Amino acid sequence: MIPAAFDYVRAGSAEEAVATLATHGDEAKLLAGGHSLIPLMRFRLARPAVVVDIGRLDDLSYIRDGGDHVAIGALTRHRDVETSDLVAARAGLLGEVTSHVGDPQVRHRGTLGGAVAHGDPASDIPSALIALGATLVATGPQGSREISVDDFFSGFLETALADDEMLTEVRIPAADGARWGFEKFNRRAQDWAIVGVSAVVRAGGDVGVGLVNMDSTPVRAAAVESALAGGASGAEAAELAAEGCEPTEDLNAGVEYRRHLARVLTRRALEAAGL
Amino acid sequence: MEISVTINGTTHSHDVEPRTLLVHYIRDVVGLTGTNIGCDTSSCGACTIHVNGESVKSCTMFAVQADGEDLLTIEGLADGDTLHPMQESFRQCHALQCGYCTPGMVMAAVSFLDENPDPSEREVRLGLEGNLCRCTGYHNIVKAVLHCAAGGEQ
Repeated sequence: MIPAAFDYVRAGSAEEAVATLATHGDEAKLLAGGHSLIPLMRFRLARPAVVVDIGRLDDLSYIRDGGDHVAIGALTRHRDVETSDLVAARAGLLGEVTSHVGDPQVRHRGTLGGAVAHGDPASDIPSALIALGATLVATGPQGSREISVDDFFSGFLETALADDEMLTEVRIPAADGARWGFEKFNRRAQDWAIVGVSAVVRAGGDVGVGLVNMDSTPVRAAAVESALAGGASGAEAAELAAEGCEPTEDLNAGVEYRRHLARVLTRRALEAAGL
Repeated sequence: MEISVTINGTTHSHDVEPRTLLVHYIRDVVGLTGTNIGCDTSSCGACTIHVNGESVKSCTMFAVQADGEDLLTIEGLADGDTLHPMQESFRQCHALQCGYCTPGMVMAAVSFLDENPDPSEREVRLGLEGNLCRCTGYHNIVKAVLHCAAGGEQ
C-alpha cells in the first residue's frame, strides 16, 4: 500500500519544524522514526499534505541525568532507551517497558517522543510514563512549556500538543531503588498489548500504575493507587484496576475480558514490584 | 526529491517521490529484488535490511529518509562466492523451506548477533520476533543463529 502524495520538508532544527507546523496547521504531521505515522499513512488513515521530517535532529536524541529527574530527548530511539545504563539505574521501569515495544527493527527506528506524541492507548510506553509521573516538554513558536503526563492524553490519538507544537523532551522523576513490574498480554510476541500494566513502587513506598488499552487514551489506575495509599494489599487493590475505565471491544477481546485482564495483570505487576 | 543512498557499497542517486517507500526504491528503482515484500503492514520482517548497520523494516521508511545513509541488503552480505557465516549457517542447518522470509531473517539475525554475540536460545527467539516464517520453520532458524554464534563449526 502506497501512501497518498505529500510535500516533504526536512527540518534542520526544532525551531524550523515548529515554524513549518505554524504555517500549515493541521495539514502537517511530524515524522520522527515513522513507526506510528507511516503505517497509518499506508492505510490512508492519515493523509497529511505536508510531512515535516525531524528524524535528523540529533540534538534531540539524548539521555541526561538531571539530578532529580532523567531527561530524555524526544528523538531518542527505543533502542537507546532500552540499553541505557542511566535509564536502568534511575527509571528502570521505562527501560523494561521499552524493551517490549514492537520488535528489534521497530526499536531501531521508533522514538520515545514519537510513541508518546502519537497518543495511542495501545502503546506500552505511555503506561510507564503515567506510572513514573513523567513531565513532557512541548516546544512551540512562543517557546517551551511543561505538561504533566496526566494532562497530556486528551482523546483517541489526541494529545495536548497544539498544531504548532512539538514534543521535545520527556522528564522522568528519578526512581532510584524503585521496584517495578510490567505485564503485557498479547497473542503473538510482536503484537500490541490486548491489555498491559506498568507498576512502580518507589523507594519511599509511593506507587504508580498505568494501563495499556483500557480506555480511549492511556490511563492511570487511580483507584488502585488510592487503595494502596490507604493500606490495601496489592491483591486487594488490583481488584479495582478496571474502575473508571471504558475499554473498547475488538476482535481480540470484549469489554469484560479486558476488565478481567486489567485486574489479573495489575496483581501480577504489583507482585513483581514487591507488593 | 533528489536522494543519494549507498547500498552494498555502491552509491545510487535518483529523483524520487517523497511517498516512495524504501523497499520499493530498493526493488523497483535500484533493481535489487532480494529484499522481499511480505505483509505490507510492518509485521513480517521479510523486507528487513540494515541501515547504518542495524536491522530495519524497509517497508516502514520512506526512501527520502535514507538519503545519505549506508544500507546493506541481502545481496551485499556474501563476500563474492563465499557466503556470509549466517548464510552458511542457514544452509547447513536447513533453516528454510520456501525461502520467502529468508533474506529478512538473515539480515535480522546478523544485526541481532552484532548486538548480542553469545545469545541463549530464548534470546534468539525474542531477537527474531520481528520476522515471521509461515512455513513454521522457526526451530531450524533458531538453530542456525545459535550455530553461527558458536562459530559455525559442525
